[in-house]
Amino acid sequence: MDDLESIYTDIIMQHSTETYNKKSLENPTDKEHGHNPSCGDDITLELKMNGDVIEDLSFTGHGCAISQASTSIMIDLLKGKTKSEAIELINIFLKIIKREAVSEEELEKLEEARALKNISNMPARVKCAELAWYTMQKLLER
Amino acid sequence: MTNYDIRKDFSILNNQDIAYLDSGATTQKPKQVIEAVDNYYASANANPHRGAYKLSIKATEVYDEARAKVAKFINADMPEEIVFTRNATESLNLIAYSYGMDNLKTNDKIVLSIMEHHSNLVPWQYVSQKTGAILEYMYINEEGEIPISEINAKIVPGVKVVGITQVSNVLGTINPVKEIAKRAHEVGAIVVVDASQSVPHIKVDVKDLDADFLVFSGHKMLSPLGIGVLYGKKRLLEKMRPFLYGGDMIEYVYEQSTTYAPVPTKFEAGTQNVGGAVGLSSAIDYLNNIGMETVESIENELLDYAYKRLSELDFVTIYGPRDLSKHASVISFNVNGIHPHDVSSILDSQNVCIRSGNHCAQPLLRYMGLDSTCRISLYIYNTKEDIDKLVNALLKTQQIFAKWM
Repeated sequence: MDDLESIYTDIIMQHSTETYNKKSLENPTDKEHGHNPSCGDDITLELKMNGDVIEDLSFTGHGCAISQASTSIMIDLLKGKTKSEAIELINIFLKIIKREAVSEEELEKLEEARALKNISNMPARVKCAELAWYTMQKLLER
Repeated sequence: MTNYDIRKDFSILNNQDIAYLDSGATTQKPKQVIEAVDNYYASANANPHRGAYKLSIKATEVYDEARAKVAKFINADMPEEIVFTRNATESLNLIAYSYGMDNLKTNDKIVLSIMEHHSNLVPWQYVSQKTGAILEYMYINEEGEIPISEINAKIVPGVKVVGITQVSNVLGTINPVKEIAKRAHEVGAIVVVDASQSVPHIKVDVKDLDADFLVFSGHKMLSPLGIGVLYGKKRLLEKMRPFLYGGDMIEYVYEQSTTYAPVPTKFEAGTQNVGGAVGLSSAIDYLNNIGMETVESIENELLDYAYKRLSELDFVTIYGPRDLSKHASVISFNVNGIHPHDVSSILDSQNVCIRSGNHCAQPLLRYMGLDSTCRISLYIYNTKEDIDKLVNALLKTQQIFAKWM
């Protein structure tokens, strides 16, 4: 149960059931669809940029608790950040999920997203956690 | 022979404390099959059909024996009607390319059931796109069955190919293949039967079904990975062009042209998977030794028990036929309010192996208004204790999520 309890934590469960980030934006500046064909997780991110700053971000779609929580946590983290800050945070997150080394200082920057670190111990679920972050990366890097 | 006796032959189940409930994806292998494959490589391995030396002749013999055994197992008229492939998917692609491409034209119809696995669906989409044939579907009712009225409404003159899975890998529905084949033949269509989920579990007789083509994978019936079967009526196979070209499938090769070997060799280009065929042959011996009637009765008993236990859980929704005489030992379900991937992760932590997702049947799930389901699929080595473990793990899952729902 150790693995399991470190995955289905209060933070993750809260985010997977909260819906405040799950909505459509009125005037998004961009959108991106992401899905995991093998399992069916399917989300669309809606982004509203104000110059270089992520003014608003939301998602719609469906998926497991991990993918929904990861998406909501990411939205909380990236809202208000600049494009380059967001790209850096995404890179740190993807590193910890792949079990690559990151500094304590980098880890701090992830705030609540650190709760997803232990997903790296469950290879079958890594893709669920990564989906939103890769989708966001696509949005920011085009 | 009981499932408890049978289970002793599967070291993977005895060495690990798991309830393996994913045999629809691939089965575990008994020691008899593993030993037969091992023994082939230790004593009879050579390239079949090539050498004039004793070892090559031995390899050719065991390969031919395996073909004859498969033919007998599904009651084909002759071994030449059995083509070895890698798996059911390759068998279906062979039919789509070598039969479909040449025999379908604009406005001909291909009719499939909505519950086909992608392997009996995507190749036909391609044939339809290339030939201009129209692709149509037979839909299911609320019980997850195709009503006779739907069969008669869709299989009409103009239909040239009917594709049907004998047992749905998602819902467990046993389809009336014999009636579908009869209807197909009345309108001049051929019928392609995906027997991947039936041949391992029930007695399948290609003559009784009057199937024109029937395919299955060895790995879903106790054999090693990488060996599959295509059964085809000889007169159809003989008229078809080859699928893969190259070594072994030829007769005479000139600079600009080639004549091909007779069936089935015409469809078996390159060095074949003799070790896989030996494994499949040994798996058939293993099943015959138990007896397919016993296989069926073991699975029916497990199905009844699993269905009953799952039905008792008020937080579980079960899909597929409620009439268990039309239901093979596959059950799809959802735990209300919990995504199937979360369910399968929590079950995994309790050493219960199940499948979650769309089961390579996206059109079916979409038609049912679902994104994914949990699925258990049973086999002869499963026990009531496996199902009790499943039920306890589901209760645990419900408990973990309860405070958030």
